[in-house]
Amino acid sequence: MLRLLSRALATALPLLFASSLAAADPFVFTAIPDEDETRLQERFQKVADYLAEELEVEVRFVPVKSYAAAVTAFRNDQVQLAWFGGLSGVQARERVPGSRALAQGVEDAEFRTYFIAHESTGLEEGAGLVEAMRDMTFTFGSKGSTSGRLMPEHYLREAFGEAPEEVFSRVGFSGNHSRTASLVASGAYQLGALNYTVWENEFEAGNIDADSVKVVWKTPTYPDYQWTIRGDVDGRFGEGFADRVQQALLEMDDPALLESFPRSGFIPVDNADYEVIRQVGQQLDILE
Amino acid sequence: MWHSATVRTSLGFVALAIACLLVADFQISAHDPWAELGRLFLGLAQPNFSAVDYLGEAIVRTLAFAFVGVGLGAAAGLLLALVFHHRAVRTTCAFIRAIHELFWALIFLQFFGLHPLTGVLAIAIPYAGIFAKVYAEILDESDPQPAQVIPHGTGVVSALAYTRFSQAWPHLATYTAYRLECGLRSSAVLGFVGMPTLGFYLESSFAQGQYTTVGALLLLFYALIATLRLWARPRLLPFYLLAAPFLLGEGLPIRWQSVSRFFTEDIVPEPLRQGEGLAGLMPWLGDLLANEALPGIWNTLLLTQIALVATGLLTLMLYPLVSQHFTGRHAAGRVRGALGHGVLVILRSTPEYLLAFILLQLWGPSMLPAVVALAIHNGGIIGHLVGQRSNAITLRADAPRGIERYAFELTPRLYGPFLALLFYRWEIIMRETAILGILGIATLGFYVDSAIQEIRFDRAMVLIVITALLNIGVDILARHLRNRLRLRHTASCEP
Repeated sequence: MLRLLSRALATALPLLFASSLAAADPFVFTAIPDEDETRLQERFQKVADYLAEELEVEVRFVPVKSYAAAVTAFRNDQVQLAWFGGLSGVQARERVPGSRALAQGVEDAEFRTYFIAHESTGLEEGAGLVEAMRDMTFTFGSKGSTSGRLMPEHYLREAFGEAPEEVFSRVGFSGNHSRTASLVASGAYQLGALNYTVWENEFEAGNIDADSVKVVWKTPTYPDYQWTIRGDVDGRFGEGFADRVQQALLEMDDPALLESFPRSGFIPVDNADYEVIRQVGQQLDILE
Repeated sequence: MWHSATVRTSLGFVALAIACLLVADFQISAHDPWAELGRLFLGLAQPNFSAVDYLGEAIVRTLAFAFVGVGLGAAAGLLLALVFHHRAVRTTCAFIRAIHELFWALIFLQFFGLHPLTGVLAIAIPYAGIFAKVYAEILDESDPQPAQVIPHGTGVVSALAYTRFSQAWPHLATYTAYRLECGLRSSAVLGFVGMPTLGFYLESSFAQGQYTTVGALLLLFYALIATLRLWARPRLLPFYLLAAPFLLGEGLPIRWQSVSRFFTEDIVPEPLRQGEGLAGLMPWLGDLLANEALPGIWNTLLLTQIALVATGLLTLMLYPLVSQHFTGRHAAGRVRGALGHGVLVILRSTPEYLLAFILLQLWGPSMLPAVVALAIHNGGIIGHLVGQRSNAITLRADAPRGIERYAFELTPRLYGPFLALLFYRWEIIMRETAILGILGIATLGFYVDSAIQEIRFDRAMVLIVITALLNIGVDILARHLRNRLRLRHTASCEP
């Protein structure tokens, strides 16, 4: 028994390492959509197939769990193309010299965060970020999110002149936008901030009871999600590869592909468009 | 009775927990949780098995990571156990097991990325530390006489095999089998950070409120754990162990330069990286300690002490569910026993994180959902072990029944092992406080997670080391208490 065990282990270790060496490199991408993270593999396989056809290389999709994991995979060159949030895109491009933003969703050029409140707070629709919010409970989305964390924190600091932890009696991180909506709708948290497209989609789908939760403030617009590619892909996949990827993304018009993101289409963008995000990140000490 | 050290220690813990309750914030603030919870429970009651892309694959991966991780951990642990008397080995083992699997995974994710090695090592490393300690304890308890009488000149390996190993084998096997169940849970949980196990899909569908899928995944997971004894037969284990490495999936190739970058750049404190030297390091460290480490330690300790006592109380209520002295031994008793077993499987296998979300919806954010979630999960585990322990006790034929049997026969006899188990679980409860960021409770784990999400591994590493030291401190205190109360800490009671 013991001997068998050790033999099994002796086989296991070299195998683990060996598999990492056998590499016929495909072009790998990842994506964290702002809602519905289920069936990622199935949905994004279609996008992979589309890219493979347009680019004439083998394309693989890899699902990840968090923005940080996406940035790490990008930085470690395990993925060469990623659909990042505004903040994670800046984080990734800072860590990989030469990488560039290729395209953003049509909706991403003018993105917003909605602040929502449970009806028991007595806050009216469109009330703004008001003193009455002090000492209530508040939840962000995930810690690395642009619309669920970075921008709402920025505007809260602007309005109150203090960190959210000082303003509210409790600050939580729900983990994602859908959960922020459900936690505020039940009154578990009195206030929350979330991605406006998620809110509007949930509203249209009838998942939100308009009587129990209201939008109290909409932030000014800022740029959000975008495709970012590594700078060294031209060397690996041929001259002009990044430009061809950009072209393929901009030409993606099949609704079946676009609904995975979900966006109505993609428009060109470059690194400089995210300067505002970088500055806010630095102000909040999330970026160095 | 009041003079017994055991009773005094127990009361001391209860008093401390009450004191913690006074300073901790407990409140109930939710308004209408039932719409969401109604959807949740309805979903759980109508599991939809077709909604996950690669369900079969997820199950295979969950098993494969558990087998390879636990297998490697056990092998390394056995070797370490043989040299466990060296202080350096003991310290290293204490350190590596003081770091939660999830944190190991997040660290390896930084440089191995989404490669199977990340998941395998995240289980194998902390488990090796635990196995080393427990195996060493088991081997120490074996009778030294056979070793003294074997012929001079016998090889080291055969000497060990025919003396200490052969004696200790049943205990080693029982304990390893128990850890396999833990390994399955760990493997599933690694899905939360991106390994392709059941937890990956559980987290996604839960985040999206697709509760019918959550129900299906949970049911499968419960079934896997509840039937472990049926399919994980000793004879089949070598086969599983041989097959498992081939079933991990291939992930993405490792870039070795990421590994060196992690050690030479990522974890070097920022001021040093910027060339500010010690003058820059001190304020950086001071800021980290004052704003994150100290408040984190305070919240972690408060939560741990309250959750520990709550776990103890719940355990004492739960263990009769799986004790034959209460369920009975005949046909009806077996059915009751199986039901009790099922209830405890559900309690201990439901991720704390999911429990915390349900309770958060019910009661709003405060320490209350965290304490109850931790107590349910850990009470389920210790209740199961105490119940099993009770089945080894033989009562007189005329022993009292019902509440008297509970209060005067069994509980007093089980109280020692119960406390020993609880003390073992102490550091584990502390590690588990890490995952409750959703409740807005800033424990050490909360800050570690924040640093990782901000991709600041220099800060994360400092906080992880502090967490590990705190765990080691609690572990030493627990051992001291066990010795003082003369609780036999045989390995079979290690959770």
